Amino acid sequence: MKEAKILVYDGSFNGYLTAIFTAFEQKLVIADIQKDSQSQSGLFSDVETVYTDVDKAKRVWNGIEKKSNTTIKNIYFAFLSENPGIELLLYRYIQKLFSKTEMLHLNFSDDHVIKVAQLAKSVGREKHRMEAFVRFQLTKDEIYFSNIEPDFDVLPLISKHFKSRYADQKWLIYDVKRKYGIYYDLHSVEMVTLNLNEVYTNKTIKSAAFTTGEYEYQDLWNNYFKSTNIASRVNMKLHIQHVPKRYWKYLSEKKAV
Amino acid sequence: MSFERIKEKLNILADAAKYDVSCSSSGSNRSNKNKGLGDSTGMGICHTYTEDGRCVSLLKILLTNHCIFDCAYCVTRKSNDIKRAAFKIQEAVDLTINFYRRNYIEGLFLSSGIFKSPDYTMERLVAVAKKLRLEENFNGYIHLKSIPGASDELMYEAGLYADRLSVNIEVPTISGLKLLAPDKKHEDFTKPMLKVKNEILLYKAEKKIIKSTPKYAPAGQSTQMIIGATGESDKDIMYSATHYYKNYNMKRVYYSGYVPIADDSRLPAIGSEVPMLRENRLYQTDWLLRFYGFSVNEILNDSHPNLDVDIDPKLSWALRNLSQFPIDVNTAEPRMLARIPGLGMNSVYKIINARKYRRLSFDHLKKIGVALNRAKYFMVCNGNDYTHKDLQAIQIKGLILQNSQGKFRSNYSSQLSLFN
Repeated sequence: MKEAKILVYDGSFNGYLTAIFTAFEQKLVIADIQKDSQSQSGLFSDVETVYTDVDKAKRVWNGIEKKSNTTIKNIYFAFLSENPGIELLLYRYIQKLFSKTEMLHLNFSDDHVIKVAQLAKSVGREKHRMEAFVRFQLTKDEIYFSNIEPDFDVLPLISKHFKSRYADQKWLIYDVKRKYGIYYDLHSVEMVTLNLNEVYTNKTIKSAAFTTGEYEYQDLWNNYFKSTNIASRVNMKLHIQHVPKRYWKYLSEKKAV
Repeated sequence: MSFERIKEKLNILADAAKYDVSCSSSGSNRSNKNKGLGDSTGMGICHTYTEDGRCVSLLKILLTNHCIFDCAYCVTRKSNDIKRAAFKIQEAVDLTINFYRRNYIEGLFLSSGIFKSPDYTMERLVAVAKKLRLEENFNGYIHLKSIPGASDELMYEAGLYADRLSVNIEVPTISGLKLLAPDKKHEDFTKPMLKVKNEILLYKAEKKIIKSTPKYAPAGQSTQMIIGATGESDKDIMYSATHYYKNYNMKRVYYSGYVPIADDSRLPAIGSEVPMLRENRLYQTDWLLRFYGFSVNEILNDSHPNLDVDIDPKLSWALRNLSQFPIDVNTAEPRMLARIPGLGMNSVYKIINARKYRRLSFDHLKKIGVALNRAKYFMVCNGNDYTHKDLQAIQIKGLILQNSQGKFRSNYSSQLSLFN
């Protein structure tokens, strides 16, 4: 029997796809696929480091895409969930996908299919939440700035939405948890990392970084949020279900005034 | 502009607009042009939710709450002693743009009390939308209220700038309208509706021939009815809703439980409860009609004029039609699958795909997400004989209620609760 291997990749999706390519090309028996930041060697398996190769990654992407568009989307979304063990789950899923000619992603009686679809759905939900909950604050150098702390790594998924919506203003969305952001300079969106001195939540102390008009509009929005509520229909349980508390600190309408 | 004054106006005019429940921002297809501001393609986004659990996706305001009419159900009626205010056109535009740039909203929902005349008012609403589109290059969502009695020319112009237009018929029956809003005629509501419907049809036909035909109200029309103000039955409401869906191509009909706001002998007294459960059942019925292939007379008819309070309308229908069950999930056509209580359209989609690969059992259905506590009385699947065939409708209902919990249960249960 062949010895099982642990593949280690750099944490990027391209890196992961390269690992998949390697596994198929060398017909490896896979014990696990791990990020280099979290790799652990096993007792009975060899560790092999995979170096990201965009061409190889592209070939895997195209191969899956040829099977179905939904599948490649589901795989990418599920990967961004950063769920422990997601690499191995997706590897088994992709193995199944290439061993069969039928439309695997529609077989909702298969455990792997259901699991991947569920993860993709959670990530999709978080993406949609971030499109809703980003609150821009206008800085003195005319950049609309926002901090977020999403459950999953959704910045790559939301950049297109914000680019086509706010085409005439500079904006920056920064993921505090994963320490990188996306910045639009009126032409294109780029990935940036910053040395942020503080996290800009919805606290009442005014920061010198933002314009005074900015705080007036936050105040107006805060007021609007209150006056549009119908007190005789109050339903806090539903409210919290729709706007979970972990997002409150970045929402200006939730500022305590 | 003085910030404090704007704040006061916003409070008054947002407060007056909040009884309009429509908030959808979906269904349009206006994409960003020439690197302008905004994009409203695809699905709507709820940017936040108020503490009553309703979504906020549009800046929902009245242009003014001055009004020449005296409709009993309305907060801004002329006999009501409240603070009045009005936005200037530029103020409404600035608020919309600045809220939009900060990602607070999907766009503007603009309604108004009627000052001077319907046309005078409609002209101002159109002016706001026009300014946003032409001067600010704004491509976000705009929902304009059609003012009852507005002229055809203005309604035509409104459709050129707005994504959605709506007239609230408010009272579902003509007799109720006479009682509560004696100044208004039924035709005042239907005339602008009809005009917009015809224009939409015309533009759609033209678009097929000439690709560059401009957009006309791409997200269609909607309307709203107040529930529980005039003693109408659920049948009255749903038949009336069906009429508007069918004859005016409505995208949505909204149902709004009457919130008592006036001391008036014609209306429920102040302090009476908002009929939220009834509202919920009506929306469930609306969904059954639009997505599940039910027709209205199956759910509501002369022998069954009101919806059940304790169970949802689909379960209620199934219990009255036990002869059509059990349904075999592995062979039944999609239309019948959708009629099994506990199966939503998502489950139906997953089942018809999954059953191509193997015969499905309870285990599969559970993982797919079917609510088996209800569904099991109405279906058979692999490895399960139908063990409930001897049960009467009343027994099934009892078993389901016993083994489940509902969020509205405390509203109608006669059982006293120990802890609250």
